[in-house]
Formats: sequence, C-alpha cells, structure tokens
Amino acid sequence: MQIIKDKQIIDDRWSYVADDAELKNGDISVSLARWKKDKQLLLKSDSKIGVRIGPADSVEDIVADLKDIQLIELDFPAFADGRIFSHAWLLRGRYNYQGEIRATGHFMPDQVFYLSRVGVNAFSLEKTEDLPVALSTLNDFSVNYQKSIH
Amino acid sequence: MYQYNNHDQTLIEQRVAQFRRQTESFLKGQISDDQFRALRLMNGLYVQTHAPMLRIAGPYGLFNSKQIRKLAHIARTYDKNYCHFTTRQNVQFNWPQLEQVPDILEELASVQMHAIQTSGNCLRNTSSDHLAGVCIDEIEDPRPYCEIIRQWTTLHPEFAYLPRKFKIAVSGAQHDRAATQLHDIGLHLVKNDAGEIGFRVLVGGGLGRTPIIGQVIKPYLDKKHLLSYLEAILRIYNLFGRRDNKYKARIKILVKESGMEKFSELVEKEWLLIRDDLELSTDRIDAIKTQFTPPAYETDAGQDTGFAQRQLENKAFATWVKYNTVDHKIPGYRAAFLSLKAPDSPPGDMTDAQLDAVADLADRYSFGEIRSTHRQNLILADVKQADLFPLWQQLDALKLATPNIGTATDMICCPGLDFCSLANASSISVAKEINDALDDLDYLHDIGDVKINMSGCMNGCAHQSVGHIGILGVDKKGAEWYQLTLGGSSENEAAIGERLGPAVAKDQVTKAITTILDVYIEQRLDDESFLDMVKRVGITPFKEQVYANN
Ligand code: HEM
Ligand code: SF4
Repeated sequence: MQIIKDKQIIDDRWSYVADDAELKNGDISVSLARWKKDKQLLLKSDSKIGVRIGPADSVEDIVADLKDIQLIELDFPAFADGRIFSHAWLLRGRYNYQGEIRATGHFMPDQVFYLSRVGVNAFSLEKTEDLPVALSTLNDFSVNYQKSIH
Repeated sequence: MYQYNNHDQTLIEQRVAQFRRQTESFLKGQISDDQFRALRLMNGLYVQTHAPMLRIAGPYGLFNSKQIRKLAHIARTYDKNYCHFTTRQNVQFNWPQLEQVPDILEELASVQMHAIQTSGNCLRNTSSDHLAGVCIDEIEDPRPYCEIIRQWTTLHPEFAYLPRKFKIAVSGAQHDRAATQLHDIGLHLVKNDAGEIGFRVLVGGGLGRTPIIGQVIKPYLDKKHLLSYLEAILRIYNLFGRRDNKYKARIKILVKESGMEKFSELVEKEWLLIRDDLELSTDRIDAIKTQFTPPAYETDAGQDTGFAQRQLENKAFATWVKYNTVDHKIPGYRAAFLSLKAPDSPPGDMTDAQLDAVADLADRYSFGEIRSTHRQNLILADVKQADLFPLWQQLDALKLATPNIGTATDMICCPGLDFCSLANASSISVAKEINDALDDLDYLHDIGDVKINMSGCMNGCAHQSVGHIGILGVDKKGAEWYQLTLGGSSENEAAIGERLGPAVAKDQVTKAITTILDVYIEQRLDDESFLDMVKRVGITPFKEQVYANN
C-alpha cells in the first residue's frame, strides 16, 4: 500500500498485527496494550517494531520505550478526535521522538497540513486516491503564526 | 488599529484559496457532508433554515471604515442588503450562496478581514471591551493582547479539533464589559502588589445549556507567560475534555467534573514544562502596542461650549447624549453608541445603506474607526464633543440614534425561528412586540438600566441566562412558549438568572415583561436599579404579579 512519508508518496512495508493475531515476521506494529504485554518477545525479534496509539491512550505510557520503537501510529477513530494532535506534539516536542510518526485511520486529507505541523511525518490515508491532494495540502500555507515541529 | 503586514495578508489569502479548494471538492462530491461540515464551520459557514449563514470575524470588535464599506458591498452583492452584528462582536450574513462564499472571502481578504474560526469546535475569535483604549476606568488597553491572542489562535495546528468551541475574552478595565466571566477563558488585566500589570485568568465559564460562571485559576500571571499559560489550558482541555457527549464537552464541564483543584494542578504541571519555551518578549508586546497608539486628539477639544448649549436647547439631543454617549479619557471627547435597536428593525441588524453612511461618519468624526459591542450595537469611540450634535442629527436620520442604550429596549436577541434551524421559538417578533409596548421614552428612561436578553432555544446565543430579564424560547407540543428568568448579569457581579415560574405563551410574553417592570417601578427604593431590587427582594413579588391570574 502507498502512503505519504517525508513529503513523498512511497510504498509501505509495515503491517499491523491485531491483538488477537499471531505475531509475524517483518516490520510490524501492535497496539499499546499488546506492546505492554509482549514487549520482551517483540524486542527479541529482528523486525522493526511500531506501536499504535489511539486518542484515549496516554503518550506517557511509552515514553520509556521510545528508543525501541521505530514507528508510532496515531490512529484516528474519527477525524474530529483532536487528541491525536496533542499526542503528536508531545511525542516530538516534549519527548523528542525521532522515529516515524504516522497518522492512520479515519482522518481527512485536509488535516494533513496541521498534522505535519505538530510532528506527524507519515500519512496512511483511508483512500489512496487522496494521496496527491493530501500531499498538495502541505503547501497550502507558506506562513504561520505558531512554531511548527518538523 | 492593527494593520496587517505581508505575513498576515499572505496567510488570509492562502486561507481563502484553501477554502475555495475545499468548497469545490465538496461541490464535486469528493468530500462528504460530514467532513465538509467541519471544514466550513472552521470558516464561519453554517447551513441554516433558508441558506448558509456566514459569520465574519470582528477582531475584538474593531473595524475601519473601509471594512464597513466592504460589509455594505457584500450585503448588497451577495445577500439581501443587510447584515447582523452578534454578541461576540462578529458579523453575520444570512443569505449567501455556498458557491459564492469563496468570492466573499476573497473580497474580505482585500480589506484585511476573514471568517477564520468564527464557528466550529476550535479557538474562536477573541472578544474584548468595546471601550478599550478610551474608557476612564482602564488599567491597561487590552487590544494589543487581543491581537497577540488572535495571531496565536489563528490556524493553531494542535487545537483545531477541540472537544467543543472555545472562546476567550479580555478586559482591561475595572468594569467588565466583555462578559469575561462567561467565557471558556476570561482574562483581566490587573495590577499586583508590586504595581506591575499582568493577567488574572479565569476558566470554565460559558453559556448554552449549562450556564456556568468562570472561576479564577491564576490570580496573577506575568504578561510574558500569557501564551504558554493559554497553551497549557488548551492542551489539558484537548486531551481530557469530554468527547462522548457534545452537551458535556465544553471546558466548563471538565473543570466542574474534575474540580478546580485537580484541573489547575494539571494545568500548572503542563505550564511549568512549556513556560520557558513560549515566552512573550517585551519587544513583541511593544511592537504590537505601536499599532494601538492613540489617534491625534485635539488638545483643545474640551474648550468648546456649543455642546453644553445645544443640550440646553434641544431636549432630544440631550437625551441622546445622556443615554448613548459615555465619558472618554481625553477631555472634550466622548464615545458615541449607534443603537442597532430601533423599534422597527431586528436587534443587531444593519442595512447596506446604513453601513455606508456609518463608514462616512466614522471618517468624518471618529478617525475612521467603528467598533461593535457585546450588546449588538456599534460605537464611534473618539468623537469631539463639538461634533456630537451634527453626528446625532445624521444618526437620527439613519435611524441609528434611538436613545435606548442600556435600557429595556436595548435587547440582545438571537435570530430565532426566523433564520435558525435549531430554534424552538421566534425571538425577533417578540422583541418587536416588547419594543412597541415600551415605546414611551420617558417610561423607558424611568426604568433605566435593564438588560433583556432573548434566545430562541436553550443554546442561548443571546445570553438569556445572564440577562437581568432572560427570555428563553421553548417548545411545548409544537407551540412557542417562553421561559422567563430574573437577576442574571454578565458584568462584574456575574450571575445566572433565576427561573420565574412556568413558561408563558407567546401572546403573554410582553404582558409579563411590562408586569415585571411595573413591579419594579412600584417597589424600588430611591436610586435602586432593577438588578439591585431583584437581589434585594428576590423573585417572589414579580412572580406573584406575573402569574396573578393563573
Ligand atoms: C442562526 C444560526 C446560529 C446557530 C445555528 C447557532 C448555534 C449555536 C449553538 C448550537 C450554541 C450552543 C453551543 C454550546 O452550548 O456549546 C450556540 C451558542 C452561542 N451562540 Fe449561536 N447560533 C446561531 C446564531 C448566533 C447569533 C446570531 C449569535 C449572536 C447574536 C450567536 C452567538 C452565540 C453565543 C454567544 C453562544 C453562547 C456561547 C457560550 O455558550 O459560551 N449565535 N449557538
Ligand atoms: S439561541 Fe437557539 S434559536 Fe437562537 S440562534 Fe442560537 S441556536 Fe438558534
């Protein structure tokens, strides 16, 4: 599947493993709950590990593990759930997370610009045909009133 | 008044282009109704009973004559020749076509105006004291801080999808004219014991279904910490405000449910982490302040004697001066209210012709500046006393000189059933009926300071819960009924009005209001205001009379 990463449309290699599914090889992401439960197991594997965080999760729960996580997926259950924006800001701005932060789930192409300003650098859109529009929205504004995180 | 630089101008132009693209995508079916709803609301566009309603930001109530002329032009070209001034100092158009909204926004951008964040669950337009910079009870002019907040809130990437709307108001005077205690955040400029000026911060106020008065969260905040403190409150709200029920999503509910102590602990903890990274420098404040320097007042304006003479000769003029003008900090100047509450026009509405004429009057008599007020009137803030007589004559000809500011016919009134799809009952027609019943000016002036606020449903757009007399439209089996409250206030001693009794039928509202006012006239002490009397005697004497025949 294609996603936007670092302002480019690229092929994506990651897959999400549901809580009730077997862990598998390759770069996988799991829920925060699964990460907490199977952390030791996951760390032993050769794959890169991602953790999926929902709006109701607390970013503070993975702060200690950030060095072991290569991807954080911020998952929108509904586009209007703005907690995701603060999670991204906290991860980048406060906890200095350097890995990939990816928006997933139900969000709009028109939110990509704000998301990028709070530190999200990858976007997995609901409809891949929206990728070009979403990419173009990154250029909607050349000026801002607030600091952005990149 | 703040003038846009290239940065500001580029930003609003790019916002217009963005909204144009969003509208086109929607019209082509590429964005769902639900998604476009969120996007358009963030740009002031509601869809209403007859047509979309477009709300345009009046930044803390300030407009220049060019902008007012542009509003006239928009009213003429894209609407039905009028617009509506709101309680949050904004302007609404009731009849634009969706397809034309991007063009309207482009016109607005050409005079440094926009509709950014005038609705939706985001940081709204900041409101303030309509007498900022000219009143006699000012601690410090709040406008530079309003502008700093305007910029900080505009297109803030983290706080665009809040649990619910978020409104900030700033007051810099002893007397709160901006209803700051009824805002999500209220800011008061105050002096501390060391004589420095900073902010008292209130949080958790709000109207709507559950009216709540804001509480002090920080008695004194250094100016340099203004933005970091706002950011801390907003982050806590964004993360912890309820999203499961839209009627419980305002910050007032979060504050109430977590308790002020717990809430302020969270904010304090967050604030300490960001405080040093987001300092507002003195240079920045000073730079913005240079945009609000006083106009070139004439030093001898107070020497004119014609003003006093005219008032002796002309009773109507004297009455207007008494009710519709207020003291100014500069001798020889006064601030003049333009009443948008003429008996035969819907409260807060203005026609294109009136707008154009007012722009001319502002140029001639008040340094080209016009302000809108929280009670839906306009102000020319800097009029020389010698100019008041000709100004009055011209306002009178425009039907903008009804001498009723602060009286019972200076009602706040929402659009109600006539325009609003959420309404239970009409408000404009009831306001007209009350107005007709109070058409005797001597009677009206004898009653004095009575604030009547009327909303067509419990969303409370017209602040009925804080009206001295509140009127709330309710639906009873498909018929329009009205719930009355007494004793509310949005000023220094803010209070939520108390219910008088069962709702009354539409044809009984005016009778109920005149009965309440009669009780006041009969039972008041010497100089006692209506609100003071309600405080003294409670609602019982009023209740007895209003429901006497039931
Ligand atoms: C005609 C279209 C309008 C619609 C659909 C509308 C809708 C609403 C709704 C749903 C609320 C409740 C929000 C809440 O409780 O969180 C509300 C509150 C409010 N509206 Fe309106 N409104 C309209 C017009 C107006 C007008 C004309 C004004 C000004 C005169 C206005 C000013 C306000 C204010 C000040 C509040 C209260 C804010 C608070 O709760 O703190 N609205 N509106
Ligand atoms: S109070 Fe109700 S009827 Fe009046 S404008 Fe607001 S939502 Fe509409």
